Amino acid sequence: MYGTGLAKGLLLTMRHFVESYVDDIRYGFRKYHHATDNFGIRQGTKTKGVITVQYPDEKVAVPERFRFVPFLIIEDEDHPTRAGKDWCTSCGICAKVCPPQCIWIVRGNDPNTGRPVPEPEAFFIDIDICMNCGYCAEYCPFDAIKMDHDYELASYDRTTHHIHDKEKLSKPNSYWRSIAPTRAYEEMLARGTWEHKDAAKEARRGAASPRRSAPRPAVEQPAASAPAKSEATGPAEANAAPAPTAEGATPWTEDEAKREERRRKALERKARRAAQRGQ
Amino acid sequence: MEVNLQELNKTEFPVPAELENNIAITSLSELYNWGRRNSLWPMLFGLACCAIEMIATAASRFDFSRFGFEVMRATPRQADLMIVSGTVTKKMVVPIVRLYNQMPEPKYVMAMGACASGGGPFKEGYNVVSGMDKYLPVDVYVPGCPPTPQALLHGMIALQRKIDGQSIANGDDVPWYGVGTAEPTPVPVLGPDIIDPRQMDMIRRQAEAAATDIASIGIRELPAATQMVAARVTADAAAESETSPVSQDALSFVLPTGAAPWAEAEDIREKRKLRALARKALRATRRAAAAEEE
Amino acid sequence: MDNPGLAPEKRLDATTVEEAIAYLRLEYADVVSTDDREGYQGLIVDSKRLVQIARVIHDDLGFDYLSSATAVDYLGAGDQMEMVYHAYRTSGGGALVFKAQTDREKAEIPSLTSIWRGADFQEREAWDLMGIRFPGHPNLKRILMWEGFHGHPLRKDWREAYYEEDQKPFDNRWPGGHVHRAEEKNVFGKNVTYPPDIDLGRLMDSSETAVYQSLGLGVDVERIMDKDGFETNELVVNMGPHHPSTHGVFRMVLTVDGETVTSLEPVMGYLHRNHEKIGERNTYLHNIPFTDRLDYISSMGNNHGYVLAVEQLMSLGRKYNPPTYRCEALRVLMVELSRIVNHLWAIGFWLNDIGAFFTPVLYFVQERERILDFFEAVAGSRMMCNYMRFGGLFGDLPERLKSVSNLTNDRVRDYNTMQFLTEMINERIPRTIDDLERLLTQNEILIERSVGVGVLSREDAINYSAAGPLLRGSGVDYDIRRADPYSIYPELDFDVAVEAEGDMYARYRVRVTELRESVRILKQILPRLEATAGESIWADGKPGAYAPRVPHGEAYGRVENGKGELGYYVVSAGGRGGSSNPWRYHVRAPSFINLTPMGIMSRGYKVADIVGILGSIDIVLGETDR
Repeated sequence: MYGTGLAKGLLLTMRHFVESYVDDIRYGFRKYHHATDNFGIRQGTKTKGVITVQYPDEKVAVPERFRFVPFLIIEDEDHPTRAGKDWCTSCGICAKVCPPQCIWIVRGNDPNTGRPVPEPEAFFIDIDICMNCGYCAEYCPFDAIKMDHDYELASYDRTTHHIHDKEKLSKPNSYWRSIAPTRAYEEMLARGTWEHKDAAKEARRGAASPRRSAPRPAVEQPAASAPAKSEATGPAEANAAPAPTAEGATPWTEDEAKREERRRKALERKARRAAQRGQ
Repeated sequence: MEVNLQELNKTEFPVPAELENNIAITSLSELYNWGRRNSLWPMLFGLACCAIEMIATAASRFDFSRFGFEVMRATPRQADLMIVSGTVTKKMVVPIVRLYNQMPEPKYVMAMGACASGGGPFKEGYNVVSGMDKYLPVDVYVPGCPPTPQALLHGMIALQRKIDGQSIANGDDVPWYGVGTAEPTPVPVLGPDIIDPRQMDMIRRQAEAAATDIASIGIRELPAATQMVAARVTADAAAESETSPVSQDALSFVLPTGAAPWAEAEDIREKRKLRALARKALRATRRAAAAEEE
Repeated sequence: MDNPGLAPEKRLDATTVEEAIAYLRLEYADVVSTDDREGYQGLIVDSKRLVQIARVIHDDLGFDYLSSATAVDYLGAGDQMEMVYHAYRTSGGGALVFKAQTDREKAEIPSLTSIWRGADFQEREAWDLMGIRFPGHPNLKRILMWEGFHGHPLRKDWREAYYEEDQKPFDNRWPGGHVHRAEEKNVFGKNVTYPPDIDLGRLMDSSETAVYQSLGLGVDVERIMDKDGFETNELVVNMGPHHPSTHGVFRMVLTVDGETVTSLEPVMGYLHRNHEKIGERNTYLHNIPFTDRLDYISSMGNNHGYVLAVEQLMSLGRKYNPPTYRCEALRVLMVELSRIVNHLWAIGFWLNDIGAFFTPVLYFVQERERILDFFEAVAGSRMMCNYMRFGGLFGDLPERLKSVSNLTNDRVRDYNTMQFLTEMINERIPRTIDDLERLLTQNEILIERSVGVGVLSREDAINYSAAGPLLRGSGVDYDIRRADPYSIYPELDFDVAVEAEGDMYARYRVRVTELRESVRILKQILPRLEATAGESIWADGKPGAYAPRVPHGEAYGRVENGKGELGYYVVSAGGRGGSSNPWRYHVRAPSFINLTPMGIMSRGYKVADIVGILGSIDIVLGETDR
């Protein structure tokens, strides 16, 4: 009969509409509640119906392997000997392996001897060229360059914001451990220490106690906490520590300031006029 | 969209608590910006990979209609926002500039992704324009290759913030309320390579230099002897800046008819300006006459 | 015939490729010779008698399908241009590769369009980018660049404005890498170069005239009498490059008589971003993320084709370990998932074109988003996966698909990987396909709009080198996964989807069947992943080098991608130790070549059907224009 196909299609659309609400009732509107597991259910494989993410109020957290623009790892501020030191040894592999060639490195030289030192003097990444492929992080032999997870980088001016220099690129090791606990742990195992490879070497040379055998248990093994759902909030809490933000993080702060200024001036004028009238 | 009146209520006049959801006292500028930023209609116009993420942003999961980006319009006449979503090629920049000229003001341009911002991984390519801002004024740049839907939403919110910062009282913020029609952006010409009419003077000088064997035009590797010439040319061009008006004779050979499409517009603009001045003068004399009579 | 390899009773079109080559060598010894360069294969044919030999290859030997025709510029290595043809039989089997050489300065090779119409766009591309003329070509003009552009950019001695060095990595990035923008080094700053003899006096935009000229417009518009004796005029309608239904920046110029299309000319190149020129400067590894950006809907498939081509080349060398079984299984998993994404997207947007605006797409996007979530967690990016490596992969599956809170308001998800996959493959994706069928297959409007529209006959489909669902929708049982198998497809159980009608509806049916077959393959992959859990994805247990040296030779790696046959022709022309950068890197893009029959497919149908026909071909511009 003509029209049955259409009717079937319309019924299906109806079903999708109803399913959204059935799903809501099944999860008791819990799935819109801002708790970790609820979000997982709503975006997971079992849910039916609407899946909209209310972006600025709730964001889909990105997985550990997610790659956006790269950043450089520096040693944590509370490290006894190497605080703030670059992990990068300026070996140049990332610059060579970068497909669009968006990395520029100036190798550091010792001012006295002229010999190269294992630290970059300058490091630039042009994020207008970067294709987020992740090769630099993948092939870095020192785990010194990683792909950042912060994708909120919109700006009003590319000439000043889009060439990231060393200062802007550098983020502490603890930041990397917070955004990618499992991978940081795996890398630690491969490296044998939570610190830079060289730190272990230095330590072995200097102190009597070898660090290598006893990696600092700074972060508990994340894989272990994974199965229990209630513990899944663990890493999130660990991240409560403010993530280092690049200066001028929100591009509109400037405008906000301007606006505030204008409003203040307008009020001043108003007050002045009122005063004049009063006189 | 849910109307949040408290968001609008930003003046020093307090509103009684029980009326907070019903009444808002605000400035005209705020109201104007609020209306404008919540009804930005993007143009339905995708270039490359980023367009797919743009569609994903518009689709079920991220749904940018929540911000009033509601309707994607396929015609530039009904669009407020051009999302340049992908690699801009030289062949494509011609229609893009034309589309931009067809959009009514106020209009905004968003460079989505590395390619639209600065050429991206394809920057070195011979058919790739290294950034949309070489031809059009870009309001917001969204980095990423491609930006995820959330990154794009962030960029769109950034654009809304930018609009919020504009004041209706400031002519620089809202140039579209100025006198006369706006000047259209000159459409590039596809010659032996792409030619920006705004650069015609510089190209001509380069060609003259090439004719006298001083410098070759469009330099890749500058031979040492010609570097000075090239440096001078570059410096001159920089001094003139890209927005300098293009002299008429420089354009005459681009379009065989001799009439540059935007020359006419400039003409109309000039006339309007004159007419407005005349009206002003007339009013002033009338006022003066009235004052005298009194 | 006293060819020892050929039994006398054997028909010529039933010979093996080796026998066919032996036959040609014997019968046409004066014009055909074996390509004996190191690592090369196939025959070199004297270009003077190329058409005759090609006729034999096509008619007598039965190689009816011209997969790829491309040019190579051997500057400094013989100083000649070479056209390379890969011909296949639609009955299956390997390639017959033949080449024709010509002088660089006055490059001319006879056109093969009279034998394989599928050579049409490919020869135009070779003229545009390499500057080889093809006498006998019906419409030889630029295809990717505009008419009037200076030079032929893929020639080795042609340099663009932002040219830095011949090969990556560039020297000025390290150790003294002071940042610069390429604009600063170019006088015009807009990535332009002008020829030294530029004539500013007679400068004009001839690109548009050239588009319309071939249609014979502006000269004399043909007057047509209809059956009632009314005199009508043909009208030219331009669609695109900015058009909501051209799936990107594609452009068509139609001539219409009333509502009926009398001719159609595709105009492309609006997204030509110099993939091949950049690819020849890149190292082999650099190219993998660039391939992501070809067909950006299914980047996994693009990776796979390229990786196969380079692995073929690497296997010529001594130190080469083929990928492990787990690696192959993971590759197939990813490729089939991206095929599902691709077909859902293709069907969804085709429906947009024929009037079911966005409702089906929204349902499909839900599934797509979940598959992309999986890609993001495994490979690191939603679309640009960059997942495959030579002889391995970027990484194994993570144990859990877990996100980590980083920004304020971040909401965390955490799933078991295998459980997620199992639920997707066994429940969600089949359910979506069922929904899709319920919504569409019996829908009267869809049937009215698509049955009998955009018909491509079986013969034309083969002759025009159509590929993928376009070819199989015309009744040709040709799927590279079966016809010329690769990876672990031989041991997987699936059927090739074929529909005989050749119209839009048949192509839709093929896609739906392929969706179901992909699910069937995925269901077989899951136990294989379980069984190999814990095994390495690298043959020698450790990731490959970042700058592998690839031995001298040529390779053509092809895969059945969602849109059709995706092939990579890679030439390595290093010295003794091989090279780290390809000498020639060509992409045989299904979206590009599938457009060749667009003209004949749309003749006689209504204007409103054109977007539907284009949608049923399923193109993506990143691949069409490269």
